[in-house]
Amino acid sequence: MDPLRHSPSPSSSRASSPRTLSCERLGYVGIEAVLDQLKIKAMKMGFEFNIMVVGQSGLGKSTMVNTLFKSKIWKSTMPGLRVPMPQTLQLHSVTHVIEENGVKLKLTVTDTPGFGDQINNDKCWDPILGYINEQYERYLQEEILITRQRHIPDTRVHCCIYFVPPTGHCLRPLDLEFLQRLCRAVNVVPVIARADSLTIEEREAFRHRIQDDLKTHSIEVYPQKSFDEDVNDKILNSKIRERIPFAVVGADREHMVNGRCVLGRKMKWGIIEVENMAHCEFPLLRDLLIRSHLQDLKDITHNVHYENYRIIRLKESHALPQGPGWVNLAPAPPPAPTGTRASPGPAKMCRWAEDNSDEDF
Amino acid sequence: MITYIFLFQSHITTKTAHTSSQVSDHEQKQKDSPRSLTMSGHVGFESLPDQLVNRSIQQGFCFNILCVGETGIGKSTLIDTLFNTNFEDHESSHFYPHVRLKAQTYELQESNVRLKLTIVNTVGFGDQINKEESYQPIVDYIDAQFEAYLQEELKIKRSLFNYHDSRVHVCLYFISPTGHSLKTLDLLTMKSLDSKVNIIPVIAKADAISKTELQKFKIKLMSELVSNGVQIYQFPTDDETIAKINASMNGHLPFAVVGSMDEVKVGNKMVKARQYPWGVVQVENENHCDFVKLREMLICTNMEDLRDQTHTRHYELYRRRKLEEMGFMDVGPENQPLSLQETYEAKRHEFYGERQRKEEEMKQLFVQRVKEKEAILKEAEREASAKFEHLKRVHQEEKLRLEEKRRLLEEEIMAFSKKKATSEIYQNQTFMTPGSNLRKDKDRKKEPGYRLELLCFDVRACETIGGRKDAEEAPILCKTKVPDHRRSSQAKAIKMISNAQPLEGGSRRAGESSQAGSLASRARPVLQR
Repeated sequence: MDPLRHSPSPSSSRASSPRTLSCERLGYVGIEAVLDQLKIKAMKMGFEFNIMVVGQSGLGKSTMVNTLFKSKIWKSTMPGLRVPMPQTLQLHSVTHVIEENGVKLKLTVTDTPGFGDQINNDKCWDPILGYINEQYERYLQEEILITRQRHIPDTRVHCCIYFVPPTGHCLRPLDLEFLQRLCRAVNVVPVIARADSLTIEEREAFRHRIQDDLKTHSIEVYPQKSFDEDVNDKILNSKIRERIPFAVVGADREHMVNGRCVLGRKMKWGIIEVENMAHCEFPLLRDLLIRSHLQDLKDITHNVHYENYRIIRLKESHALPQGPGWVNLAPAPPPAPTGTRASPGPAKMCRWAEDNSDEDF
Repeated sequence: MITYIFLFQSHITTKTAHTSSQVSDHEQKQKDSPRSLTMSGHVGFESLPDQLVNRSIQQGFCFNILCVGETGIGKSTLIDTLFNTNFEDHESSHFYPHVRLKAQTYELQESNVRLKLTIVNTVGFGDQINKEESYQPIVDYIDAQFEAYLQEELKIKRSLFNYHDSRVHVCLYFISPTGHSLKTLDLLTMKSLDSKVNIIPVIAKADAISKTELQKFKIKLMSELVSNGVQIYQFPTDDETIAKINASMNGHLPFAVVGSMDEVKVGNKMVKARQYPWGVVQVENENHCDFVKLREMLICTNMEDLRDQTHTRHYELYRRRKLEEMGFMDVGPENQPLSLQETYEAKRHEFYGERQRKEEEMKQLFVQRVKEKEAILKEAEREASAKFEHLKRVHQEEKLRLEEKRRLLEEEIMAFSKKKATSEIYQNQTFMTPGSNLRKDKDRKKEPGYRLELLCFDVRACETIGGRKDAEEAPILCKTKVPDHRRSSQAKAIKMISNAQPLEGGSRRAGESSQAGSLASRARPVLQR
């Protein structure tokens, strides 16, 4: 617990340091009933979760979302259907309310068709960053009102799943650029998409290479090492960190396997079961996102990313116009600078500045 | 960096146009109530409340209770009994001149729940003779906690999740068991506190009232509160699980409680109770007092709701009032939505402008004052120099005069010394004539002592005035020398006197001779000197 802050008061009141009283209880007090009260309150209010999927078209984003929440959130685009390729990056958002055992979840999924599909993909991350910042801005505006609502609607993006195409080599420049920028603004979970084209060994090698790449460029993906609070968290999260990025396969069709009905992809050489840990790591992703770390994702978004945005915004507000699509250009420096970071970091920033100045002239 | 930002703005306008339309679609979709989906399988987010609870357990809970009541009414004992611990031992005195608030924080733990409990006690409430200022410190304390939270919330770099929330969540107001009605002080205090904190009134020391009296008392109290418009905390009845119990508890307000940490053996159990000669009042017996109800309502059922109400109702009210007081508004003059930022900036400019103006004013004032002072000083200088001149002149004149005087004096001195010289010469000359001796003797007789020199002067004077007379009267020739003739002049002086006073009467000759004798005797020691 943090050291007690002495509460000020006009009359001479002293807040003495907290004394931990011994655990000999003479009887029942009932403090732990507060947990039930919390639960009741939470169930009444419902939960909100906003997720964003980013990746090139054809990597199975919509299918993945459908598989995650086991419902038709998106109409997955089938190959062969003449869907016009979007010319610029667009952002589609869709909101659903799903309920399970009394727990209501308001789920918002934002899709980004057209990401990385053009020939020149320069600055294709800008609209995404703009969208994320706009959600922060909306929340901030609500928060600093004089008469504000009881419960501010939370549209901030809690998690961004980035789909890495299964080349088997390493992260591409587009991936690196995108990850670098977005990691500072939002929780990013990279996944290896369409992992059924890689064998297990290839998968492992690819994963290690990606991890090395991330470390070299000091990209902190979720779960961030610097936000681990205590030992338990560290242990749990390091296990997850070993497996990031997950190699996933998405499927929304059911097939019969050994008498069971499973979600899977039917191929000529077998059926890839989505929920089978031996086949792919979809269960890990699902557990991370929904069953164990959903609240943590929301907390980190609220306590860290939103606060960073707020600090920058409040400091510079008189110099900049407020408007949608304003890109967060002064990102907070990564909390734990490592030795390898020094060289690529500033170089990248300079290059970015140079690009912009070139384009200006 | 700033130019870079503006370039960026222009660059993405084309894109933003498109995305904004998309976003407005998104908004549209959100404005329509979101469609609900049914899932075809088990997803697993039913564990969400558990995740929330785990996080809260990790963070710990915070609860602040304010106890308001007269000294000795049983506040500390009740809190001890509620939380089953001996928090503090000493009793407070009745002789404080003002009401003070004493806050103490404790960390309690039950199974895996950590609670940071802050108890705020009013010390000296209701003890003073003049109780007008009694409730003001309490109101100030509550406002101060709100203010601290507001300050933290408005900071640029803030850490709200780490913040030790010290806002008062519930106020237990202790009513003394008179059995009649609310005291005026109680009414006034509750009225001033009801918009700032959740008030739960309790009847303290309820073992002093009988059951029937208690019923009447409770009804009387509630009606008084209602008729005076005091809003006490009502247990929430909107959630079905607890609505029923809360509603029934609402009917039992205010709770009549007895606090005790002493254990008494009743039956074959040790229970908390107060032992009297006429019986034992058991604290946890529902028939005896409402302590169990209070504990249930306060801790087990509604702790979270109390905190929630404090944050969303009382704190928001305070915040709104405070910000409006400072001049911030949500809507500007033409109904354009104003942001806090803009208002703040405007205020800041205004403030700086004001300050600059004031600085200018002060500078000018300063310059003016300096000038005035300078003028005064110059004036004084001039006067001083004039005076100096004047004085100098006077001094000069004085000096001249004195010089004049000195000169005169010196002349006189010179003249006098000349005269002296001449008189000495003359004196030497006159020593030849006896008359002068006699005259000298006579004068010697007249002024005995060291005035021998003066006698010479007088000789002249006598000569001029009456000396001739003497000379005429006693034309005795003196043939002796100067030293001798002194003695002889004595005898002659005696003769002189006897001769000199013929006018006074011949009859007195005998006496005169004796007088002369005495004179001679007198003169003699003079000479010897």
